[in-house]
Amino acid sequence: MSMSTDHPHVIDVSNLSISLKNDNNSIAITRDVSFSIGRGEVLALVGESGSGKSVTALALMQLLGGNLSISSGQIVLTAIDGYSADIAKLGRNGRQIEAIRGARMGMIFQEPMSSFSPVHTIGAQIAEVVTVHEDVGRKEARRRSAELLAKVGIPDPVGALDRYPYEFSGGMRQRAMIARALVCGPSLLIADEPTTALDVTIQGQILDLLSKLKDELGMAILFITHDLGIVAQMADRVAIMYAGSIVETGSVREIFRRPSHPYTRALLEAVPRLGDIDERRRINPIAGSMPNLFEPPSGCRFHPRCPVAVHPRCSLERPPTFGSGGRLVECIHGEAELAR
Amino acid sequence: MTRFLMRRLAYTLATLLLVSLVSFIIIQAAPGDFAEIYAAKKADAGAVISAAQIAEVRRELGLDQPWYVQYGTWLANAARGDFGQSWTWRRPVGAVIAERLPLTLAIAFATLVFMYVVSIPIGVYSAVRRYSFGDHAASLIGYLGLAIPNFLLALVLMYLSQRYFGQSVGGLFSPQYSLAPWSWEKLQDLLQHLIVPVIVLGTSGTAFLIRAMRAAVLDELDRMYVLSAKASGLSPMQLLLRYPVRIALVPIASTLGWRLTYVISGAPIVGVVLSLPDMGPLFLNSLLNQDMQLAGALIFLYCALTIIGTFLSDVLLVALDPRIRLE
Repeated sequence: MSMSTDHPHVIDVSNLSISLKNDNNSIAITRDVSFSIGRGEVLALVGESGSGKSVTALALMQLLGGNLSISSGQIVLTAIDGYSADIAKLGRNGRQIEAIRGARMGMIFQEPMSSFSPVHTIGAQIAEVVTVHEDVGRKEARRRSAELLAKVGIPDPVGALDRYPYEFSGGMRQRAMIARALVCGPSLLIADEPTTALDVTIQGQILDLLSKLKDELGMAILFITHDLGIVAQMADRVAIMYAGSIVETGSVREIFRRPSHPYTRALLEAVPRLGDIDERRRINPIAGSMPNLFEPPSGCRFHPRCPVAVHPRCSLERPPTFGSGGRLVECIHGEAELAR
Repeated sequence: MTRFLMRRLAYTLATLLLVSLVSFIIIQAAPGDFAEIYAAKKADAGAVISAAQIAEVRRELGLDQPWYVQYGTWLANAARGDFGQSWTWRRPVGAVIAERLPLTLAIAFATLVFMYVVSIPIGVYSAVRRYSFGDHAASLIGYLGLAIPNFLLALVLMYLSQRYFGQSVGGLFSPQYSLAPWSWEKLQDLLQHLIVPVIVLGTSGTAFLIRAMRAAVLDELDRMYVLSAKASGLSPMQLLLRYPVRIALVPIASTLGWRLTYVISGAPIVGVVLSLPDMGPLFLNSLLNQDMQLAGALIFLYCALTIIGTFLSDVLLVALDPRIRLE
């Protein structure tokens, strides 16, 4: 049930379930997550904290730690160079997955402050990615690193190579992080809330930079965020995640103009807009709180907070998925909503 | 960076000066001065010594000067390696110590190398395989090493190596080499004899270092930069050595100074038990005989070694962690 796009797919995730294993039981953290991203396309994965979006991102690179593991599903990567593999079938360690990480898929994280080792130079940490993946000498790796630093807009890129992370501002560090993730020209960039820790003006610059680089390098971006403003600015398509499931997917326009899942609607209503201040429209917070993952609600996981839930059906069975292609809704009202 | 090191060097010199003052006070604190001891010895020999003669000796030796003048003279002489006369050995203190200083340094250095070489890999292993059998075993052995007093371990190891390896233990050389000129065989003999003292001195420190290294690596393993390096395609071993271990060495390096203190202060007892020809037994005897010139010089040297060790650990720290250069 992967959704199609207009572009050749770089990544096809289908029915990805991640579980947390304890001593004797396992808890589903995500269930049947499916999405695809094409070349040059940005998919925003949107959800509240604890919805499973970051865990999904980590699973895409086999970076799940501790007791978390992929319990079922496929993650098919088709890189621009033609390489293809089901990452879900690769182990957490080993040559194959290591050759993908950093080379065909890059990742940037929320905390640019802590994403670099404090005791190694920026240049060493970027050049290392090149030497790990490619058979090039130190000099060439350094040259490539400086080239990328220039590309992400760091002034005096050659000088910056020999500087330490603490000598950089947060915004500069995130730029350097992007350079590190892109230095080997990955087909997919996973950006896990890359601007959350930055102030607003820097946020805008980083988003512009990512858009520019995407157009220039033709990679796909999985952009994880809870900020709908960023979604509107960055994304081509949106997947809304709630309590471990993707409840609705669609283009940015479809999601913002005609949200079809009650959770998406609630999410949009909970965001203040500039015009609202004059009209004195109240922001509607979503009633209730995120379900406890250890005791998730039965049936549709959103039903206890849902204004349009049908009892007892919504609490008994998992809702069907309606729609096709890039427009899907997991809700019993889905069919009617999509037809509206 | 140069500024940081210059400032540390200044601190080091200031501390050395302070320690020299303390050493001088200790020498002076013993009852009586050299003139009185001299007079007592003459009196024992049957000679009659008048108060005027004692005063004359005092004046000759500068003992009638105020303490700071005496201290200045002592310090100036000490700087040239002249620590006065040892009356038990009837030789210059400097010469007595010079015979033993190289061996003392050899033991201290070998012990430090042993501690670090053993504990760093074990500490890393314990952190990476936390709560595994190996981790628990390393902890257990480490704690045993920490709990067993040095002198007891020395005696047990002496017995074992005598009984099972037929090695002459005690001392640093087998009888046939002790007076022989330096040769390859003599060096080998020395190294063999170093094993027991190094194990004895190093074991308890090793326990501490294993725990410190384990905690330091554990602190680093969950850091964001480790995940981000992993996401760049490093293999687990590359990742471990290049990032968490490298960074965990920073706190370990900073304790080098204390470790040296520990080895040096533990050395005298072990030296006596194993009858090593190092500074340990010399120090103990000088205290027992109230040979204060010798004792003072030894105290000063022990302290100086520690202070220099601390300075070296600062240098190492600066080399390992660029953030410290900022200061």
